[in-house]
Amino acid sequence: MPEIKIVLKNVGVVNPKDINSYIQHDGFKALEKALAMTQAAIIDELKASGLRGRGGAGFPTGMKWEMTMKAPGDVKYLICNADEGEVGAFKDRYLLENDPFTLVEAMAITCHAIGAKKAYLYVREEYHFVLDQLKDAVSQADKKGFLKGINIEVYEGAGAYVCGEESALMDSIEGKRGEVRYKPPFPPVRGLFGKPTVIDNVETLMNVPQIILNGSKWYAGFGTEKSKGTKALSVSGDVKRPGVYEMVLGSTMRELVEGLAGAENVKFIQVGGATGRIVPASSLDTPLTFETLLSAGPITVFNQSRDVIDVVYRTVEFLAEESCGKCTPCRQGTETFVQIMERFDKGQGKESDILDLQSLSTTMILCSLCGLGQAAPNPVVDTLQHFRSAYEERIAKVKVG
Amino acid sequence: MSETNKSAVHEHTHAKDANVLELLKERQNKFGYISEDFIAETAKNFNMPVGEVYGVATFYSFLSTKLKGRNVIRVCRSVPCFLKNSEMIVNALKKQLGTDIDETTADNRFTLELTNCIGECDKSPAIMINHDVYGDLTPEKLTAILAKYE
Repeated sequence: MPEIKIVLKNVGVVNPKDINSYIQHDGFKALEKALAMTQAAIIDELKASGLRGRGGAGFPTGMKWEMTMKAPGDVKYLICNADEGEVGAFKDRYLLENDPFTLVEAMAITCHAIGAKKAYLYVREEYHFVLDQLKDAVSQADKKGFLKGINIEVYEGAGAYVCGEESALMDSIEGKRGEVRYKPPFPPVRGLFGKPTVIDNVETLMNVPQIILNGSKWYAGFGTEKSKGTKALSVSGDVKRPGVYEMVLGSTMRELVEGLAGAENVKFIQVGGATGRIVPASSLDTPLTFETLLSAGPITVFNQSRDVIDVVYRTVEFLAEESCGKCTPCRQGTETFVQIMERFDKGQGKESDILDLQSLSTTMILCSLCGLGQAAPNPVVDTLQHFRSAYEERIAKVKVG
Repeated sequence: MSETNKSAVHEHTHAKDANVLELLKERQNKFGYISEDFIAETAKNFNMPVGEVYGVATFYSFLSTKLKGRNVIRVCRSVPCFLKNSEMIVNALKKQLGTDIDETTADNRFTLELTNCIGECDKSPAIMINHDVYGDLTPEKLTAILAKYE
């Protein structure tokens, strides 16, 4: 089984409440090494490692840091996105609970690389229970002198899935409604409070200390050509062993859900939560990579007893509620999805509904302002492709005669 | 009052360092809700349109413009919890509390709500009561959990 522990290395090994325990396990050695490197050298290592964002978008991390470092101006920001709200996602929660010091060290390294003196660790309010531990980890690191010249603020959200989207997240830190911004400009050019900003996912950052300590060649030795390293995946649903697994990129979905998590009689899996893709059981040998299918990591498994239409209906209900409302394709489109799926759920689908779903999907994919609206059609499009009969069975029979 | 509102509308420059969200969260945590008066007062203090402050107060699911019970129960209704019988938990709570969804018990002790994925899918079905998370639930476990809250 291609399980390797890079981001999970310290789970159950290091005491998440005691920095001394972390220090005994190579803690802050990477920061020490990074402080003796130039900004360009740190960034070159990240680029050479091939690390790509682990929050779902997969943007090359080193490139993001480089753009921000090179942007004009003295004020730069780092934001760690711990607003993990995707349905079925709990891998960041698991990392925050078990290894906060790695994250603190990573944030310090990143700040030095990009030239930021202020960083925010944005945590969703549903993870309030881990807030004190995070603040304490920052405080312990500060007291030991590891955070000289850097201010890390733990900032709590207030309950909004869309604030996991980086521009809505920035608006939220600025104290506003979490609405998505028009892009360009992108955050490395104009981000938080208008300044160049790096926004990285928790798991992305958790890779940084070991990349610095062990070197980019070591990290690039794992995975495929375009997908280096490992991925933390949170598996839930119809499985014997739900939990967080870390797989080398390129491992197959079958190895994960059947081999490790103990799934049986799989009908389909949802990879990437509500905005994720629906993969039928026949495609479980697909490898988990950015070039095939990966997402932020949530994987929910559905066995043969599950109703496809019901799952899609519940998913679009979620998306309609969480839409920020700013752009019409998403705001109106997700509502329309709900109205149509409700009909199918009740066995009252209309013949014209399937065409409407397809045409609406195309519009939303092309025209929505952010990933929520662009990916909202995914469950609809995928189930129409792989489970067409589930829809056709629910079309209301017209009485003849 | 109307004169202040007029000036707030015409020149809504935000006060330096004003973080309306932090202010509203503070108010929510202290009083259990954010009143319209407080929204209007905040708008006046920061020279913002009332609608803009109201827009923040109504955007986030942990902020409320209505007073709820002393303890808010949020049952996750998302798909992974649904697969593990969250509906049984909802029905058991409705029965124990004698309320429907979005209602508060007569003694003001609990408000029952549904919420979206709270990231406890490895311990589903799961709920939050205020900021406390409870997972691996069965209807039988609920009585002891509810008893902890006044």
